[in-house]
Amino acid sequence: MPPGFISPYGVRGLNSSTMTYFLLNNEPIHTDLPSGMTVLDFVRYHKMMTGTKCGCREGDCGACTVLIGELDSKGGITYRSMTSCLTPLANVQGRHVVTVEGINPPGKGALSPVQKALVDESGTQCGFCTVGFVVSLTGFCLKPAPSTQEQAIAAIDGNICRCTGYKSIERATLRLVDLLKERQEETPVDFAIRQGIVPANFAAVPAQLKAWQQPAADAEKKATGLMIGGGTDLYVQRHDTMVHAPARHLFNQPRLRGIYDTGDFIEISGAATVSDLLESPHLQAIFPDLHKHLKLVSSTPIRNMATIAGNLVNASPIGDLTVWLLALDARIVLANGQKRELPLRDFYLGYKSLNKTADEVLELIRFRKPEGEYQFNFEKVSKRTHLDIATVNSAALLRMQNGLITEAHVSTGGVAPIPLYLKKTSAFLIGKPFSGKPDLNDPVFAEAADILQSEISPISDVRGSATYKRLLAKQLFLAHFTHQR
Amino acid sequence: MKNIDAHNHVRGESVYLDDLPLQQGTLFACVFDAPHAHGKIKDIHLETALNMAGVAKIILAKDLCGENQIGGIIPDEPLLADGHVHFQGMPVALVLAESEETARAAVKTITVEIEPMEVITDPRVAFEKGELIIPPKRFCLGDVASAFKTCAYVFEGQANVNGQEHLYLETQGAYALPTEGGGLKIYASTQGPTAVQRAVSKVTGLPMHRIEVEIGRLGGGFGGKEDQANTWAALCAVGAQLTKRPVKYSLHRMEDMRMTGKRHPYSADYKIGLDQEFKIKAYEVVFYQNAGAAADLSPAVLERTLFHCTNSYFVPNVDATAYSCRTNLPPNTAFRGFGGPQGMFVIESAIVHAAEKLGVSPATIQQKNLLQPGDEFPYGQLAESEAVAAWKQADRQFNFEHLRRETADFNAENAYLKRGLALMPICFGISFTKTLMNQARALVHVYTDGSVAVSTGAVEMGQGVNTKMLQVAARTFSIPAEWVNVHTTNTLRIANTSPSAASATADLNGKATLLACEAILSRLKKVASEELFPQDDPAQHLEAIRVENGLVLYNNRPTALDWKALINAAFVKRISLSEHAHYATPGVHFDWTTAKGHPFAYHVYGIAAVGVTVDCLRGTYAVDFVKTVHDFGKSMNDAVDLGQIEGGIVQGLGWMTLEEVVYDASGRLRSNALSTYKIPDIYAVPKEIAVEPLQTDRPNLAIFNSKAVGEPPLMYGIGAYFAIREAVRAFCPEACPDFDAPFTPEKVMLSLHQLQAEYAD
Repeated sequence: MPPGFISPYGVRGLNSSTMTYFLLNNEPIHTDLPSGMTVLDFVRYHKMMTGTKCGCREGDCGACTVLIGELDSKGGITYRSMTSCLTPLANVQGRHVVTVEGINPPGKGALSPVQKALVDESGTQCGFCTVGFVVSLTGFCLKPAPSTQEQAIAAIDGNICRCTGYKSIERATLRLVDLLKERQEETPVDFAIRQGIVPANFAAVPAQLKAWQQPAADAEKKATGLMIGGGTDLYVQRHDTMVHAPARHLFNQPRLRGIYDTGDFIEISGAATVSDLLESPHLQAIFPDLHKHLKLVSSTPIRNMATIAGNLVNASPIGDLTVWLLALDARIVLANGQKRELPLRDFYLGYKSLNKTADEVLELIRFRKPEGEYQFNFEKVSKRTHLDIATVNSAALLRMQNGLITEAHVSTGGVAPIPLYLKKTSAFLIGKPFSGKPDLNDPVFAEAADILQSEISPISDVRGSATYKRLLAKQLFLAHFTHQR
Repeated sequence: MKNIDAHNHVRGESVYLDDLPLQQGTLFACVFDAPHAHGKIKDIHLETALNMAGVAKIILAKDLCGENQIGGIIPDEPLLADGHVHFQGMPVALVLAESEETARAAVKTITVEIEPMEVITDPRVAFEKGELIIPPKRFCLGDVASAFKTCAYVFEGQANVNGQEHLYLETQGAYALPTEGGGLKIYASTQGPTAVQRAVSKVTGLPMHRIEVEIGRLGGGFGGKEDQANTWAALCAVGAQLTKRPVKYSLHRMEDMRMTGKRHPYSADYKIGLDQEFKIKAYEVVFYQNAGAAADLSPAVLERTLFHCTNSYFVPNVDATAYSCRTNLPPNTAFRGFGGPQGMFVIESAIVHAAEKLGVSPATIQQKNLLQPGDEFPYGQLAESEAVAAWKQADRQFNFEHLRRETADFNAENAYLKRGLALMPICFGISFTKTLMNQARALVHVYTDGSVAVSTGAVEMGQGVNTKMLQVAARTFSIPAEWVNVHTTNTLRIANTSPSAASATADLNGKATLLACEAILSRLKKVASEELFPQDDPAQHLEAIRVENGLVLYNNRPTALDWKALINAAFVKRISLSEHAHYATPGVHFDWTTAKGHPFAYHVYGIAAVGVTVDCLRGTYAVDFVKTVHDFGKSMNDAVDLGQIEGGIVQGLGWMTLEEVVYDASGRLRSNALSTYKIPDIYAVPKEIAVEPLQTDRPNLAIFNSKAVGEPPLMYGIGAYFAIREAVRAFCPEACPDFDAPFTPEKVMLSLHQLQAEYAD
C-alpha cells in the first residue's frame, strides 16, 4: 500500500514501525499495516475474505471466530479459537490464522464433515453466525482431547445464533463426536486432513511457522505505550482508537507465559490465558472443580485470548479471576527493570485505580498451594449463566483442622468499587467450627453473612439493583458452604 | 428438502450487505445521533468535523431534496432531526467520508446544544398527558358490564411486559449507488423492498420508477428490518444523491441497538370474571403500548394486540381497549408476533391470577375455555379451532398428569431446587390485518435450456422462504429442484411488494409463484398436444398430458417429449415462457368502523408444556423442556419448519427470561451492547424441545396446506414465565410477584425473598 493512501476501512499505511508476518490459511503474509489493527478488519477489508463476519466487535457473538495455530513444545501445532474482532495483528505474529476460506475443501461447493453436519441437521438459517460455528467446531475437531458432546458444545459456547434455537446445531455436534471416535493413534491434524476436516496444506504448517520463530523480546523492549495482552477488554472499550494507539504487545512474549508448581507455590505468568489455567495439570490437581468454575468465565474463544494479568490490571470490580485469586490470597510481581511483590488485595486502591506505575508489567501471580484439609469454591451469578459478566461473584478458601477453621479467605465482586477481599468476614471465620456440610441456617455462617453485609457497598446498574446485589452477595457466600439441593 | 442456502452459508460464500464489493469512489456514512431524548436544537457545531481530512460532506435536514419524512403509517417521523430531537439515538447529521474510520472520527467531534424538554419513557405517563399516536382502538363482544355482575369470581390486576431487542446477527445497513440520469440503486438489508423504495422516493424527491431496490438476503430480520431499514437506505440515498458518489453505511452494533426501535413494551390493566365452573364469562383489558417517539408500525402492532387479547380462549363478553402512547424512546417496531404475544401474556397473567386465588391449577381454567370450532372471536371471525384437538393430543403424547406428578415429587425431595410447569396454548391469525397488504406477485421465466428462474417479493432472511418458493416451482412443473433458481428480491422485477412479515410471506408469494407456474404449464400442455398430435384439436388431449419428473406423459405413459424438448418447441412456436402472476388472499376483510370482519385467512393453533428448574439459593433457573403439539397443517418442508419452531421457542423464552431492555429515566439505553443485553446462548436453551405435529386434515388457505410457521411458536415461550412463577411459589408459597416480564434472575431472587428492588446508589 503506498504511503498516504487511505484505505476504505481506515488505517494509514506505512506509519507503523514493525512488520507483522503470519500465515493466513495457505498464504504467507508480511504486512506493514498497524499491528494494532484487528485480524477481522485485515481479513475482511484488506484481504477481501468476507466469510468471517462482523457481528458485534466485542467478542460477544462469535461470528468473527478464527482459529489461531501456534507451535507447541512437541513441535506440533495447537489451534485455538479466537474472536478476530478483538485480536490485534500483533497477537498472531508468527502464527497460523485460519478462516473459513482456509477450511473449505478444494472443489466447487465441496463440504468438510463439519460443514456437512451443519447442512444435514439444518443447523443454519440466516447464515450470518454460521461460519463462526464452522470454525469453532473445526477447532474442536483439531483438539487432542477425547471428544465428547460436552466438549463439542463447549467449543461453540462463544457462538451466538438468533435463528435456530441451537437444537439443530447440537444435533450436528453429535455427528462430529461420532466421527472423531474413529481417531486412534493419529495426531488430530493428520486425522483431520485424512477426513477432509481441514485441507492437506495443514501438514506443512509447523515447518512454515518454525522458519519464522525468532525472539520477540527485542521488539517488546523497544515498544512503549499501552500494554496489551489478549485485547479482550481494551478492544471492547476503545476499539475505534486501538488501531493507532502506541502499544506494547505482551501476548506473544514467551517469558510471560507458563504455569509452574514450585513446590509450595503455584506461579502463573502474566500472559497465561484462562484456557492455560483450565488446562494446567498443576491447577487441576488442587482444584477438582476447576473446570466447573472456569466454565463460568466468559467463553472458549475469550478464554483462549484473555490473560490473567489483563484480568487483574483491568481492575474491573467484577473480574472473575481477580475474585478467584483474591480468595487464594495471591501475590503479584510487578517489574519495570526492578521487581516488587505485593498482595493482590493491596493492588486495588479505588475504582480502576491501581498500585502500579505505567511502566510496570504484571509478570507473575503467585499463591501458596492449599494443603491439608481445605475447601475452595467459586460462585457467579449473571443474567445469562455463560458468556456474561457477573452481577455478583464470590470465592472462598477455608482450611480446617480438627473441625475448626484455621484459615479463611473470602472475596466478592460486583459489590464495591474494587474487587473485594472481605477482611472482616474472613477474620471472623477463623477459629469457628466447621462441620464440612453445614446447614444454611448455621448460626456461624449467618453471623458471617451479616458481617459481609457491612463490608460491601453495591450500587444499582444495568446488571442489577443494589438490593439484589446485596442479597446475592449473601446467598453466594452461603452457597460456598453447602451442598444442599 | 434442506435450505437451499445452507451450502453457501457453511462455506462463508453467501453474500450479505457488508460483503458486497464496493465501487470506486464509495463514501462511508456515519450518523451523529441525538445525545438527549427530548429537546430543542439550539445550535450544532460541525466545524471541526468539516475541516477533517477525508470528510466529504455533512448532511442536515435542510439539505434534503425531497421531504424530510419517513413515517410509514403516519407521516410523523423526520429522517434527520429538524429543530427538535425526540429520542436518544435520533439521527441529526449524516457524515460522509472517504473512509469508515474518518467518518466515525468526525462524528465524535460534532456537538449539539439542546434545550432540554420533558422526557417521557413510561406509556402510562404519556397517556396521562394525552400523548397518543392515534385515537384508541377498541374491540367489544357481548356485554361486559352485565356479565361481570353474574360472575362468581372477578379478579383485577396489572400486567407489564418489556420490549425485546431483535439482535439480528447482521446489523442494519444500506449501499446506495447513483445510476445514469439521476436515479439510484439501493442495496438494502430490509424486509420491505417497497417500503425502502417509497421512503427513498420521498426523501430524494425522485419518482419510484427511478429507484431500484435490490436485496440478496438478510442476516436475520425478525421484524426489525420491516420498516426500520428505511432510515439507513434513505440516508445513503440522500448522500448518494447529493454527492453523486456511492454511499455505504453498515451500522456498528452499538449504533444499531441505540438508534433502532424494539418490540413494544406494554402495561395493561385486566379484569377477568369467571362462573362457578371456571368458565371465563367476561374479560376487560386496557393496553398502554409504549410506541416510542413516532408511529412507525405501532398502530398495526396495537391492532394485533387486540386481535390476540383472548389468545386461544372463547370469552363471550370482551371489552378491550388499546392506547398507543408516545414516549421519548426510539420508535418501537415490528417483532415476530407483532403485538400478539403481549396481548396473550396479559390474559395468561389474568388466568394465573385467578387460578392462584381460587387454588386451582391454571390449566384447569385454560382447558375449560379453549376455543371450540364455530366460536366467535371478539372481532367477529368464527374460529376453525384446533385448540381442543391440540390440547388432547398433547395430553395423550406428553401426559400432563405425569408431568405434574414428576414436578411435585421433585419439589418434595429438594429443598433449594424447585421445578415449575406451565401449559401455553396459542392461537395466531395469519394474514396482514391490513387487508390490502395481502397480495403478492411472482415472476417466472423458463429459459430455452429448460432452466427456471423465479423472482418474488419475498425476502430471504433465514426463514427458508426461497427454499419454499423453489419447491413450489419445482413441484408445479414437476422438474428437479436443480433446474430452478430463486433470484434476489428486486423492485424492478417485482413491484409494490408487501414486506416479508406477518408469517404470510411463503403463502402470498408461494401462491403467486404457483399461479405463474400454472399459467406457463397450461400453455406448455397445449404445445405438447400440438407436438404429439399435430392433426388434432389440442383441447381434446390436454387432460391426458402431464409433466412428471421432467418428462411429458400422455395417459401416464412417456412420450417422445421431455421438459427441454417441450420448452424448445414452445419457443419455436413463439409461445411465452414467462409469466408474472398476482395473488390476493380471498375472503379477508375488516372494517374498523365496526371493529368486525374476517381479517385472517386462517389461524395456527398449538400448545406447549414448559418445565423449568429454579435454583432458589442463587435465584437462577434452567428450562428443562418445551414439549409442543403444533398445527403445521401439512408441512411442505419439515426441516425448515422445525427450525422455525425451535428458533421461535428459544426467542420467546429469551424474551420471557433473560432479555431485558433497560432505558434509564433520561431515555438512554443502558442495555446497549451484547455485553449488557443477553440473548440465549447454547447453554440457555431447553434441554429438550419436542415438536409433534397436530394430526389434522382440515383444509386451509396456506400454500400446499402448509400453514405459516414464522411467528406462532415464539408464543410458546410465554409458558416459561409462568413455569418460573410456579417454581418460585413452590419454594415460597407466600410469594406473589407482580406480573412483570421478563422474569430475570434478579426478579426471581427478589420474589423468593419477597423483596422489592431499591435503586438507591
